This record gives sequence, C-alpha cells and structure tokens, in this order.
Amino acid sequence: MTVKELSDSFGFSVLTMPEPEREVRGGYAGDLLSWVMGRAEADQVWITIMSNVNTLAVASLSDVSAVLLAEGVTLEPALIETAEQKGINVLRSGDSAFRLAALLGPAV
Amino acid sequence: MGEYLNFHYDVDGENFVSAGQASVELKKTLRRLGLPPETIRRLSIAMYEGEINMVIHAGGGEADVDIYEDKIVIVLKDHGPGIADIALAMQEGYSTATEGVRSLGFGAGMGLPNMKRYTDEMQIDSTVGEGTTVTMTVYLS
Ligand SMILES: Nc1ncnc2c1ncn2[C@@H]1O[C@H](COP(=O)(O)OP(=O)(O)OP(=O)(O)O)[C@@H](O)[C@H]1O
Ligand SMILES: [Mg+2]
Repeated sequence: MTVKELSDSFGFSVLTMPEPEREVRGGYAGDLLSWVMGRAEADQVWITIMSNVNTLAVASLSDVSAVLLAEGVTLEPALIETAEQKGINVLRSGDSAFRLAALLGPAV
Repeated sequence: MGEYLNFHYDVDGENFVSAGQASVELKKTLRRLGLPPETIRRLSIAMYEGEINMVIHAGGGEADVDIYEDKIVIVLKDHGPGIADIALAMQEGYSTATEGVRSLGFGAGMGLPNMKRYTDEMQIDSTVGEGTTVTMTVYLS
C-alpha cells in the first residue's frame, strides 16, 4: 500500500506528503534515534513521538517511507517545510504508538 | 589503487541541532555516483552516527570520505576528550550522553555498534586528552 492509501484508510492527519506514491513495507516503532537507525528498514513506516530536526535526518538517512507521529505530537511549521523539501512524508495521529502498531500491523 | 574522489567536511561542534549536514551531502554524492540504495543507506547512517558523536562528545571535528573504485573509506577525526575504554564504548547501551542530548533522542549507546554493523571494517584510534579517529571501510562488490 502507498503512503497516501495508508493515510486515507486510517484517517491520519497529513503534515506533509511530498511522496504520496511511496510504497509502505512494514513498520518500526521507537524514539531512540540510534535504535531506529540500527533496526528500521528502508520503506517502513516509522511510528514515533520524537519530533525534532534529528527525526527528519534519521527518516531521510534510514529511507523510511513515512514518519507517523503518535500521541498527537506535532512538528513545528519550519520543520514541516524542511520535511517537504527533503521529500519526507510526515503523518500524525492522536493514538498511542502501541495502538498504531496494532492497527497498521495487519495492513502493511 | 585506481581513480578516486575525496570529500572533506568540517563538522561544527556548536550546533548539534543541525548536525547531519555532512551525512546528507555524502548521501547526495553517493546517489549521483549511482551506488546501490542499500549501500548508500549503510554508509550514510554510519557517517551520521559518527558525525553526531563528534558533535555531542567531542565538540566537532573533520570528516574525510575517499571513494575508490572498489571501496569507500570514511575517516572521522576529532580533538575531543578521547575514549578511555574503547571496548566498553562499543557495547550496546553504553553512553555518557547528557540529559539534554538524550531529550533529543540520542544517547541510546547504539551509535558505535551501528557504525560497526553497517560497515565492513571499523577501527577506533583514541588517546585520552588528545582525540579520536574513527576509520570505516565499505567494500563495493
Ligand atoms: N568521538 C568521540 N569522542 C569521545 N567519546 C566518544 C566519541 N564517540 C563515542 N564516544 C563515547 O562512546 C560512547 C558510546 O558511543 P555511541 O555512539 O555508541 O553512543 P551514544 O553516542 O552515547 O548514543 P547514541 O549513539 O545511541 O545516540 C559515548 O557515550 C561516549 O562516551
Ligand atoms: Mg552516538
């Protein structure tokens, strides 16, 4: 499923979606950046509550298909712009990381 | 040794909010050279972890990337405090990162282990009070 399809079917808020057609293959949940860099795989959706400029760097270097911010966490406007320029999809949900992983698990 | 390209980056020790500049540049360069995505991914992550370490633990440093026909060598050099016990620093979960750094998502003690995992060879040369040089090599098949 693509990032756009994922976002539409689960009703996530879209902070920015410069690459809507990117394919999502599996996911990873975590907030410690080096764990994410060591364990997440390319094309996964990354569920996290860590929302800063380093989140974007890690998303880009790890090649994840989208960042899904949990617990209603958001990204400041300047960083949304950065994400857009770097081609990083950033979605957002009020649900917990646990709930999101349970929801998305069977779908991706 | 054949032809090669060298890239040099100064890594600013003051600004670790924007750290990662050199890794992003490297990633772009590797893309232009048409390397396989997974090779680019491994190298860029290893470079980023090393770059972040120089910023948060050593007050900045320098990075040199040598791209040969058959391998890529990354050398990260700093004049920070050095690492007293390298074997301990290499252990997953070992970290001396401050609270402030941890609140940004770093300090899991996974950076050096990731650098080793994502490269074919890694060597750390460090002298306490003088600094640290990390050399990482990835072979291109
Ligand atoms: N360039 C360096 N200069 C001095 N000490 C370093 C350097 N790089 C690493 N260290 C020491 O080694 C420890 C482990 O490094 P490592 O990168 O594995 O973890 P971390 O940086 O603390 O956390 P993480 O990388 O998971 O965000 C550091 O906490 C620090 O004490
Ligand atoms: Mg580190």
